[in-house]
Amino acid sequence: MKKDIILAGVGGQGILSIAAVIGEAALKEGFNIKQAEVHGMSQRGGDVQSNLRISSNPIASDLIPKGCADIIISLEPMEALRYLPWLSKEGWIVTNTTPFINIPNYPQIESLMEELRKIKNTILVDVDTIARDVGNPRGANIVLLGACSHLLGMESQKFEEGIRRIFSDKGEEVVEANLKAFRAGQGASV
Amino acid sequence: MKVKQLLLGDEAVALGAINAGITGVYAYPGTPSTEITEYIQGSETAREAGIHSTWCTNEKTAMETALGVSYVGQRALVCMKHVGLNVAADAFVNSAITGVNGGVIVVVADDPSMHSSQNEQDSRFYGKFAFIPILEPSDQQEAYDMMEYGFRLSEENNIPVMMRLTTRMAHSRAVVEVATKPIPRREKLTFPKDPSSWILLPANARRKYPQVISGYEELERISASKEGWNRYLDAPDKSLGVIACGIAYNYLRENVVMNYKHPILKISQYPAPSDLIRKMASECDSILVIEEGQPLLEEMIKGILPTPVKVLGRLSGALPRMGELNPNSVRAALGLPAHETNLPSSVVVPRPPALCQGCGHRDVYTALNEVLTDYPGHKVFSDIGCYTLGALPPFRTISSCIDMGSSITVARGAADAGLWPSIAVIGDSTFTHSGITSLLDAANVNANIVVVISDNLTTGMTGGQDSAGTGKLEAICAAVGVDPAHIRTVIPLPKNMPEITRIIREEIEYKGLSVIIPRRECIQTAKRHAKKRKQ
Repeated sequence: MKKDIILAGVGGQGILSIAAVIGEAALKEGFNIKQAEVHGMSQRGGDVQSNLRISSNPIASDLIPKGCADIIISLEPMEALRYLPWLSKEGWIVTNTTPFINIPNYPQIESLMEELRKIKNTILVDVDTIARDVGNPRGANIVLLGACSHLLGMESQKFEEGIRRIFSDKGEEVVEANLKAFRAGQGASV
Repeated sequence: MKVKQLLLGDEAVALGAINAGITGVYAYPGTPSTEITEYIQGSETAREAGIHSTWCTNEKTAMETALGVSYVGQRALVCMKHVGLNVAADAFVNSAITGVNGGVIVVVADDPSMHSSQNEQDSRFYGKFAFIPILEPSDQQEAYDMMEYGFRLSEENNIPVMMRLTTRMAHSRAVVEVATKPIPRREKLTFPKDPSSWILLPANARRKYPQVISGYEELERISASKEGWNRYLDAPDKSLGVIACGIAYNYLRENVVMNYKHPILKISQYPAPSDLIRKMASECDSILVIEEGQPLLEEMIKGILPTPVKVLGRLSGALPRMGELNPNSVRAALGLPAHETNLPSSVVVPRPPALCQGCGHRDVYTALNEVLTDYPGHKVFSDIGCYTLGALPPFRTISSCIDMGSSITVARGAADAGLWPSIAVIGDSTFTHSGITSLLDAANVNANIVVVISDNLTTGMTGGQDSAGTGKLEAICAAVGVDPAHIRTVIPLPKNMPEITRIIREEIEYKGLSVIIPRRECIQTAKRHAKKRKQ
């Protein structure tokens, strides 16, 4: 078992919570983990990514080599495309379709969708709408995790346990809202 | 007993230090080192042990405080980013001569590729220059294990130890096996065996210096021995030997199998083991040096005279001359074919960082820009912090950002030379870090400048740590000699724009030193505080 995952988004969107849940699930399974994060200046509204590597064998590099990522999970459509050179030929992109526009020269959304559809394995999910529909607009990141959970090489039960542990200190209500968001994301695509 | 935990490199260092029985951690926030101190501040074990962990005003005060702890026989940790070592350098270099009583580890986190920094200086040069040994972990487990080792090395050799991290080491998580119980913190005070070595009068320093130099030879012997962290992995194919330092070893391992055909020298401790390098040079046709940061080792090995073996690395062009290493650049240097990849998408555009929506610094720059259109000869000199983003659109207000505190002194120099209006913009935390002495200089000549201390009540860029001058700024400015009539406080909000622009105009027109303090809490920390209150 080996999954090299790039989590992408804009500073503040919550990619590290997705990483935390996947990491928690992998840790319980006894897998090796390495996760490189971005802190500091880039977090201020800039593009952010995290390299998450899970493997049953020891992991050497903290960074995923180009052409080796199994999956790009992105909370933003343009950010999904930024890491294309890291994606393997058989790799998957699972991305939110709602753009985060905080720059004047943001590309046309149609041209982004066209680019994304050119990728062999793509799942496009309107996670913002799904999160709102289940009454948890701040759980968009967990909806996205649900949408890609079948590609991560672990049973969905493990992620639910991960969600319980990660959010437990925020109260049962938050745990339940996130479990609902996770389930709503499973199987979703536009 | 040992347990497994998923830890950032920074957190592994922090926990290693707690478990090594430190009395205190002394630090000023700086990416990528900040999380070390934050981990200790949040640790229940550290609280129970009474470990001191309040942020220091700057890296120099941090280093000196650690020396005080060491003088009385206890252990101290100092943390900073690479440019912070420039600030602490006076104390750091001299600490090699005083030596230590209790162990001291100085963790310096370098930032190759300048993700969040103004240069990519390599702290290993400082260690070599000061005759201070360096530990450079290649993974999070080593970072943890090296803390206890480092404190022993420091105490047994009467010298502070540097631990050099780089961004990926500091900000990457892995599973680390850690002890569940710390070594108890020392309570007793014991004093140095050679007290005169702490009084660096020329006569004492001259006596101590030869010991420091000979001590460095002993440190090299230790770094080459089994008890140290360097490893020579011999292999049959001597057409190439590979030297990999710190995290570079991981990028090497990513690309080659465990029983690689060429010899490998893994370096995680300095002074670099010369004998092991000579052994490799005598047996191999060429040597590839893979090191994060600047080509310190490659330059050492290569020298300026011709070498019998070919030396490859950042200087030869085998690896990029600057910037962070990665598995791809190391793969190319090893002569392995690149993995098949997708081409970059042409639709993607850069998304640079920006000041948060609703941030008070935005209102400060909006007001300055409005007033300064009437003063075409103006320049605004700024400083290190979130507000440096005032250089980017839509503001484009500032003309300089050099080092902590420089805004005020540069503005004063430009005013001396005849620039008007000459304006400085500095944050509250940067002001107390290194701006107070700059303001004192300006006050002593009543420099004709306007100093804007944009006070968001925190150290914002690094994530909202306590700021040393909170609640004291007006008093500090008055105490260094700024006329209280020209210390003006405003609340940077769009609705206050008429008042703010009027005050800026008045103080530009005043022929002398003025300070304007726009004060409003950082919106990130404000959100966090509101959330806390709700819970």
